Amino acid sequence: MSRSALDLWVGFFVVLGMAALLFLALRVGNLASANLSEAYTVKARFDNIGGLKVRAPVKSAGVVVGRVADISFDTQSYRAEVVLTIATRYAFPRDTSASILTSGLLGEQYVGLDPGADVDMLKPNDVLQITQSAVVLEKLIGQFLFDKASAPAN
Amino acid sequence: MSGAVVLLRRVGSVVNAGVARLGFAARFFLLLLRYSGQSLLRVHLTMREIYFSGVLSLLIIIVSGLFVGMVLGLQGYETLQRFGSGDALGVLVALSLTRELGPVVAGLLFASRAGSAVTAEIGLMKTTEQLKAMDMMAVNPLARVVAPRFWGGVVSMPLLAAIFSAMGVFGGWLIGVVFIGVDEGAFWSQMQAAVDFREDIVNGVIKSFVFGVAVALIAVFEGYDCEPTAEGVSRAITRTVVSSALAILALDFVLTSFMFRGVS
Amino acid sequence: MSDTTLVTLRDVRFAYGEREILQGVNLSVRRGQVVAIMGGSGCGKTTLLRLVGGQLRASSGSVSVGGRNLAHLSHAELYALRRRMGMLFQFGALFTDLSAFDNVAFPLREHTDLPSELVHDLVLMKLNAVGLRGAEHLKPAELSGGMARRVALARAVALDPMLIMYDEPFAGLDPISLGIIGQLIRRLNDALGASSIIVTHDVHESLDIVDYVYFVSNGRIVAEGTPDEIRVSTDPFVHQFVHAEADGPVPFHYPAPPFAERLFGQGVA
Repeated sequence: MSRSALDLWVGFFVVLGMAALLFLALRVGNLASANLSEAYTVKARFDNIGGLKVRAPVKSAGVVVGRVADISFDTQSYRAEVVLTIATRYAFPRDTSASILTSGLLGEQYVGLDPGADVDMLKPNDVLQITQSAVVLEKLIGQFLFDKASAPAN
Repeated sequence: MSGAVVLLRRVGSVVNAGVARLGFAARFFLLLLRYSGQSLLRVHLTMREIYFSGVLSLLIIIVSGLFVGMVLGLQGYETLQRFGSGDALGVLVALSLTRELGPVVAGLLFASRAGSAVTAEIGLMKTTEQLKAMDMMAVNPLARVVAPRFWGGVVSMPLLAAIFSAMGVFGGWLIGVVFIGVDEGAFWSQMQAAVDFREDIVNGVIKSFVFGVAVALIAVFEGYDCEPTAEGVSRAITRTVVSSALAILALDFVLTSFMFRGVS
Repeated sequence: MSDTTLVTLRDVRFAYGEREILQGVNLSVRRGQVVAIMGGSGCGKTTLLRLVGGQLRASSGSVSVGGRNLAHLSHAELYALRRRMGMLFQFGALFTDLSAFDNVAFPLREHTDLPSELVHDLVLMKLNAVGLRGAEHLKPAELSGGMARRVALARAVALDPMLIMYDEPFAGLDPISLGIIGQLIRRLNDALGASSIIVTHDVHESLDIVDYVYFVSNGRIVAEGTPDEIRVSTDPFVHQFVHAEADGPVPFHYPAPPFAERLFGQGVA
């Protein structure tokens, strides 16, 4: 095989490999859509985060606007402290509320943001005041049984 | 009593031989890196090896990737639709491929297609005294023969794994969207929402790079170290395929446990 | 002495682990000479050649080439010395993926920055010297055994070495190729003003072309002399070797206890 034909094949191979990588990065992965290089972080404290994980999406009206950056336990308030990273182009009012929701019955958990009506916008490192914890199935069932037991018998 | 002693002695000698061989391999690797500089300067030597280990492995990688993706599409849909989440097919196909199947299966194929060929070539050069002849001509075989094959493998492997994964996603799309009729928008958007560039794709590329280094090193070492007979070469080829497969699976476990710990 | 002597081995010993291959060998090759080292299979001839080429290091004693003791050379110095040595391996050891032309060009391309036209001319000259200019495009697989060895010879002399070593150059050749190789060894040696060492067990072919002969047996030099001295030698070993007798100082039987003892002693139990 001549040198130029060999170079041609190797060039073709490398370009093909690069194209595959690019396809994986842009079409399969989220490099293009969820570029959080310009983002700000806010905190929210929850009584119970259920099964929320780091990197779970943060959605508002069903649109992904950010990611969960960190989850820790606050020993002052004995609540879970969740750090949210939100893209800079999405600004939210200060009285926005955060709740932990589940996509579908068995789906993954995410943080939902419901914008409030305040005229001031959230600033970096602000704390969301209104939060709603995850729905824990065991508690729900317990509540249900308790209600049944205490209901007056017909 | 004496039976136990014999057994212990045998275990000891096997362990000793294994450790000595590992030591040889480590020293070989260091020498290889030391002599890589001069051979990397002559790019066409490595280009030729990228052709032999990369371009010639393309066909098997493309075909296998396509079929693995198609099977993932069929089986995945079958299972997912029981839970009413057939739309998540894209997520299943893409995550399985980019995180695990792409690097691992491409690595196994690479070991048996390119790794065995490299071992055979170097082993044959050793058997026919070509390496010694080169050494007598004051040309270092490590720099002239071994290093280019090693780097050719290291360059080829991540590209092959990426092509494998991309073909797999295409195969999953073909079965899921075109034949079964999963919603195209849901297929891609759920995939994009779940597959993270940094966590999944970059980690997959890192894996395939590590596998490439392991397979290429095993292949050149077995060839260079083989017994210079026809039988020795064939045994070395077998060892290349077996040790590469074991190395890939063991490294995969180690890397996975570091990379995906605590993530979903 | 050192001006006319190119290779000197002084009391060289060599062992693979426990097994002693060479037990004190003294040998010298003068410039311009063709020297043969003869002996039975497995007597350490090839080991001697490896020692001179620096591929093996002597356990004790000294090996010097061109006045330099090989044991004291660094890797780079040894490589510098090897550029002035050529070696013909037993089966040629041509690079199977290169054509005859590229094989001969290999040392030139690796060690010189000559322009490609000059390399081309040099290679054709070397191939012409071994009579294979017409075979430049053939791959080693397409060459016969004798032709492959001639191409390998052209490769060995590509850099005009001062010392050419031949490992069994006559093994497995038909009588015509054998004669060609023999003549080439002599002609190339004289044309290049080099010295040659031939390791062989082919007595008659080599006695015709060499200047001096060493006989090796059991790791020692057992006889030496010019071809004429060897032909008329009364030394029992040389006599057995030159006249190809089955039994003699080199016994026909591998060392074993007496046959009768083996048959009637422990054998029946």
